[in-house]
Amino acid sequence: MKGPLAKTAILLVGMYVFLKFILPLFTAPLPASLIFLYLALTFASAMIFYTMSGGSLDEFMGPVGRFLTGSGQAGVAGTARVLVFVLFPLLVGWQTYTKLAPSDLPPAENRTIHPAPPGEFVGLANPYPRTPENIMMGKGLYAAFCSPCHGANFDGKGPAAVGFNPPPANFSDPGTIAQLQESYLFWRIKKGGVGLPVEAMPWKSAMPRWEVELPDEWIWKIIMGEYDGAGQSPRTWEEEE
Amino acid sequence: MKNRGIIENLKSLVPTVKPSSLFGWSVFWALVLLPALVWAQDAATQAMSVEYRDIPGLGSRNVVWVVAQQHLLLAGFVLGVPIFAWVCEIVGWKTKEARYDKLAKEFTKLLTSAYATTALFGGILLFLLIGLYPKLMAYLSDIFFPSFIVYCLLFLLETATLYLYWYGWDAMQGNKKTFHLFLGFLLNVFALGIMVVPNAWATFQASPVVVAEGTAIDRAWAATWNPTWWPVNIHRLIANVVLGGFICGAYAGIRYLLAASQEEREHYDWMGYVGNFIGVFGMLPLPFAGYWLMREIYQYNQQMGITLMGGFLAWLFILQAMLIGVLFLGANYYFWMGITYRIPGSERGYRRPILAMLIVLMVCLGVWMTPHSLVASLEEARKMGGTHHPLLGVFGVMSAKMTVSNLMILVTFMSFIMYWRAGKQETAGWAKIAKSVMGALLVLAGIAVIVLGVWGYFVPAIIRINYFSVAQVLIVLFIMLTFTPLTAILMKSAKTTTEMVWGQMPIRAGYALVSNAVMVILLMSLMGYARSSSRVHWHIYGVMRDTSDYAYSPALGYAAAFMSLNTFVFCLLVAFIFWVATMGDKGKKTPDRKEPEPAKIPAGVTPAMAGGSPREQD
Repeated sequence: MKGPLAKTAILLVGMYVFLKFILPLFTAPLPASLIFLYLALTFASAMIFYTMSGGSLDEFMGPVGRFLTGSGQAGVAGTARVLVFVLFPLLVGWQTYTKLAPSDLPPAENRTIHPAPPGEFVGLANPYPRTPENIMMGKGLYAAFCSPCHGANFDGKGPAAVGFNPPPANFSDPGTIAQLQESYLFWRIKKGGVGLPVEAMPWKSAMPRWEVELPDEWIWKIIMGEYDGAGQSPRTWEEEE
Repeated sequence: MKNRGIIENLKSLVPTVKPSSLFGWSVFWALVLLPALVWAQDAATQAMSVEYRDIPGLGSRNVVWVVAQQHLLLAGFVLGVPIFAWVCEIVGWKTKEARYDKLAKEFTKLLTSAYATTALFGGILLFLLIGLYPKLMAYLSDIFFPSFIVYCLLFLLETATLYLYWYGWDAMQGNKKTFHLFLGFLLNVFALGIMVVPNAWATFQASPVVVAEGTAIDRAWAATWNPTWWPVNIHRLIANVVLGGFICGAYAGIRYLLAASQEEREHYDWMGYVGNFIGVFGMLPLPFAGYWLMREIYQYNQQMGITLMGGFLAWLFILQAMLIGVLFLGANYYFWMGITYRIPGSERGYRRPILAMLIVLMVCLGVWMTPHSLVASLEEARKMGGTHHPLLGVFGVMSAKMTVSNLMILVTFMSFIMYWRAGKQETAGWAKIAKSVMGALLVLAGIAVIVLGVWGYFVPAIIRINYFSVAQVLIVLFIMLTFTPLTAILMKSAKTTTEMVWGQMPIRAGYALVSNAVMVILLMSLMGYARSSSRVHWHIYGVMRDTSDYAYSPALGYAAAFMSLNTFVFCLLVAFIFWVATMGDKGKKTPDRKEPEPAKIPAGVTPAMAGGSPREQD
């Protein structure tokens, strides 16, 4: 198992084992789409490296050529070759069948989590000053209305969170509210899941439409409290303070 | 009969006016023709009220999409090539090396044949727009009419200059060369104007500035200076050089594959190298320009920014990452193969650094291609706790993307430096210190870029955008701007240990060049669609709504199919144009006619282009 082809195979298997079995020991399992992407990149790396020179190209492609033509493949190697020729199409067929067979599972989705807000919400600024009193009030309102789902620690792990799929947003994650302007949050809180636009299909959000219960002032102060509590800052175009 | 009755009635209506007098006849015929004028006016009003026309079966939007994309890609090539053709000519003039002049002329030959086709597609596009979108075009004409005149003038000047530049090439050698170079300069100035004027019309649609008062020139000027005009100008200017470089590279790649003699192989191997070099040279600053453009769009309108980067168009940026990644890999692969094949015996020495660079590039590409929201089945999403992965989700935001794109640029630049230094031994006494300093600076730069990237997660977005991202870019630029002259000085006194052999590259090198060109065409088609689609259901964002049957954004799969179609059609067009352009060459090569001996490089003259040229073997 010294040749480039064998090394590539070992690398791919090692990578697969790492992504599929070892990494999930420390964090959540990766989706198949991501594993496939990383394996494809790994294979591309090997292809690029081993086709760089004529010598390594021959070493890389030589076994493939010999396998396909059958030259020098006698005995066990010959039998293995026949087995591969029989089993490989069966494997492809089985894969195709499992992909196409009717299933009660919904297909993988590429959900747009942050769709564009409607025009009337663009450019709105928080009309309330960022004072300790307003932030405190916002945190109090957050504790009353938002923390059951989004968590007292702003991490999306409130007591009711387990009942939702997808789970409530984790505000302490730098990929959520830190990427957005305050006006965006105002829209999402005010209009909730039912106010999501067409592009956000399949509209998987259990966010209530808070405009029927909370005045705008409270929503703006909740936003202030959220950012402060999560240790994040809203996206702005001016440097503040 | 009815008309005669009307005329008789009209005569009776003007009893005081004698028909014999001129005035009387005038009044008479004015009254007679009055209804006709009203009917004509009705017809004109009806024509003016047509907002859209359609092409049954094909769809007006689809037709305009294809024609506009072809025009834009051809224009990109036509405006990009003169830049480096002119630079090559200057290099040839300064170094007295005829090869560069020949190369510049060959580039210009491709340019002349593509120029007419570009204009043709521009004309077709104009007719289609006037016919299919009359209301929109009437509005744009009303605002931009003064710039239409400027554009026409620039077009005339560009055409005249191009004719003089091309047809006067051989006549303007020797002491007239400086005038020819001046023509090349003018050609580029007019080409720049031809690009920036229509860019104002296109960017106005995305970020309009509408002024109701003032003269026509005031209004046109205000509309021209819209927020995305200069970011698009800069981005397109650089992208045109990249497109031109890689297409010339692909042309050389194909000619290399078809070459019948060793001399041809050497020439087209070298031309392919130069094309790739120009493409890479342009590609290095391109992500910075793209970042600036996106920043301006985001700042101009949050809705548009989110539609592009976080909304339904966000998936295009994953495709973009893949295409840019393949482009970076293709360009590096070509450099690495150049080291292996053109510098005999160097394979072993460079294998490890190449492997290290490849691993860095691939890790960076893996991060760049990791989406923020992952494609996951219901079960997978449940296990992850949503479509954001708790660990790899951090790769999905801009801080990570900026970091890896900067690292990829650094690695690609180092690939080029490695190629430049391959087969040479520095003789300067301070070479060892210089190399150590460069090595240390490179490591420090890499660490600084990563640290800023990680730190970017913990600061407000505006600090990251205004300072951290800018600092990352400046660090990479600092490395490029210090390493290039330093290496040039080192190489000036270096002795060649292994001669560079041209014409020995394997056939896959030719395919790599073609692949790079296809990638850059796909990339331009993809991002052109993204820029256009970010206006969603507006012809002019927030000003004129699209009320046609096509006022919806096509599904991404449908759009991807059109991008592929556009790429395919453009490749066919380019292949045809180049085939026509080179048809004459075959006729010139008669068996009894010998090609003139290329000029020898004068002693002591260093090849100006990094990596040298075939003349080094002499």
